[in-house]
Amino acid sequence: MSMASTSPRRAAVRRTSALDGLLVAAAIGVVALFIVVPLVYVFHAALADGVRGWWAALVRDPDTRHAIWLSLTVAPVAVAINVVFGIAAAWLVARFRFPGRSLLVSLFDVPFSVSPVVAGLALVLIFGRQGLLGPTLAWLDWKVIFAWPGLVIATTFVTLPLVVRELIPVMEATGPDEELAAVTLGASGWQVFTRVTLPNIRWALLHGIVLANARALGEFGAVYVVSGHIAGATDTMPLRVEKLFQEYRTPASMALASVLAGLALVSLVAKFVIERQIAAEHRDLEAVRTTGDAA
Amino acid sequence: MSLYLRDISKSFGTFRALDRVSLDVHDGGLVALLGPSGSGKTTLLRIIAGLEFPDEGLIEEDGADITQTHARQRGVGFVFQHYALFRHMSVFENVAFGLRVRKVPRAEVTARVEELLRLVRLDGLGGRKPAQLSGGQRQRVALARALAVRPKMLLLDEPFGALDAKVRVELRQWLRRLHDEIGMTSVFVTHDQEEAFELADEVVVMNHGRVEQRGSPTEVFDRPATSFVMDFLGAVNVFHGRVENGRAYWHGIPIDYPEYPHAQAREARVYLRPHELELTADTGEARHDTTSLPASVLRVIRSGAITRVACRPHGSDTELQVDVATEQAGMLALAPGRHVAIKPRRARVFLPGPEYTI
Repeated sequence: MSMASTSPRRAAVRRTSALDGLLVAAAIGVVALFIVVPLVYVFHAALADGVRGWWAALVRDPDTRHAIWLSLTVAPVAVAINVVFGIAAAWLVARFRFPGRSLLVSLFDVPFSVSPVVAGLALVLIFGRQGLLGPTLAWLDWKVIFAWPGLVIATTFVTLPLVVRELIPVMEATGPDEELAAVTLGASGWQVFTRVTLPNIRWALLHGIVLANARALGEFGAVYVVSGHIAGATDTMPLRVEKLFQEYRTPASMALASVLAGLALVSLVAKFVIERQIAAEHRDLEAVRTTGDAA
Repeated sequence: MSLYLRDISKSFGTFRALDRVSLDVHDGGLVALLGPSGSGKTTLLRIIAGLEFPDEGLIEEDGADITQTHARQRGVGFVFQHYALFRHMSVFENVAFGLRVRKVPRAEVTARVEELLRLVRLDGLGGRKPAQLSGGQRQRVALARALAVRPKMLLLDEPFGALDAKVRVELRQWLRRLHDEIGMTSVFVTHDQEEAFELADEVVVMNHGRVEQRGSPTEVFDRPATSFVMDFLGAVNVFHGRVENGRAYWHGIPIDYPEYPHAQAREARVYLRPHELELTADTGEARHDTTSLPASVLRVIRSGAITRVACRPHGSDTELQVDVATEQAGMLALAPGRHVAIKPRRARVFLPGPEYTI
């Protein structure tokens, strides 16, 4: 039995042709050239002056310190807005049928298809001093463009599809029955959400948060346009990396770039762990749906 | 609790799911809503639960109008078709859910859940997750969860639909005993007539959003009110015949039909159940006998204790199914080509056109 099942596989391995080998080599080559080498080079360049030099480059310059602080505050706010919007929108789309529903789902993808620079310009045209809401904002004395709120809006815009896109398929696969069961058992809307809906979507939600956070930290184009690029005020980490690089301060630029790359690697590990959990939950859902009678 | 529904209508877009349905369920009754898919039975159940609201009509519970009462306040237990157990919770927490959201003291929750797990014979499995249970066990968890909050009424949507045939029969008998024990008013939806007849005190047959007939299983089966009910409840042979002077004729065999005493002949449909036909060896007398029909055997299909025989009446191109006891089939030495005589022990006549009801 085991012989019979393993021998075809061995045969398949033996039959590996020159073409297969070539394709594998090409794939490894591309990954190495475009992903591994640049990443390793970033860390190599960042640590060119040793760990002390790397640390000094990050903390000595007040503008760099400010950029780190700004990124680490703008990203969580944008992600939080995404979470609220994502849950509400996914719930609407997955639980209700209404005219224009598929159009709405398509609109969620607009931030993916529009160039971030264009998005940034559009935001300037709306929120800028000469923009649509300019007079109102001036009257309220709210500064959006070239200020912190503009960064949040731009970052939210570019990350908008990430959470909702993760949640819709999960909520559709789960279906409304568990929620309805909770209602018939006397649960309030909030209790249904916190005790039934949220636990069912938690991994997908976390997955969306990780992706949105990674994207928010790395966002350059839209933020570049709305920030006005003011060092020590509106420069986020990616903008600061670019500015340092333009000023020929490559070690400092690379040090900050390595922080971004490190955060990306952390996201990648988190994503991997979460995806394993999602696969496990999916198996559970399948098991509960099937008739299979073990007892 | 007793329930009274009056002229309930419900549409989804242009589809009329329920069309002026009235129903009453007496206290302690076990009612089956039986019908094909799309007949509106599940919609009716969801309206009773407060998960859907009727476009028109009235729902009364012990005399009080609850038409607009939300599911949360209705106090009914609902068992979903696929059980809808909370996947991320243990069996214990599933059953405890309704008590927890009501802020019942911890000790009381534990006592109640353990009592229910014993009732549904799942004691000791409280720590398991739904995915680790068999289909039958999951169904019983769903039932215990619905019963935990002491509902006034229990509603079950296709309660055995997702189970293996053997488990289904066992659970059905167990549920009937449980109902007799706790005496809770219950309504369940099914498309399986056997399930409805075995479990329910009263069967409501539905079709196209309307109630075709309601009554005890015996009444519905023995005196189907419409041709749909006749057709839906088990296998049946349908033939075109005619009626006149209180009699219908099927291949020249007269069948009493006092509901049509008129002299003018009219087309009618004659319904014959395979087990209500008698098969005898054709001794030649049948040809002269006006109460039996000579036929030849086309096929013999044995399924356990019953053998189904397909016959063709002489001089006809229609086919007729007859059920005989396998033992008798052996005695008659039934085989394709053999000549037999068919005698209807019982037949039902329905006039076509506008649905005829007694």
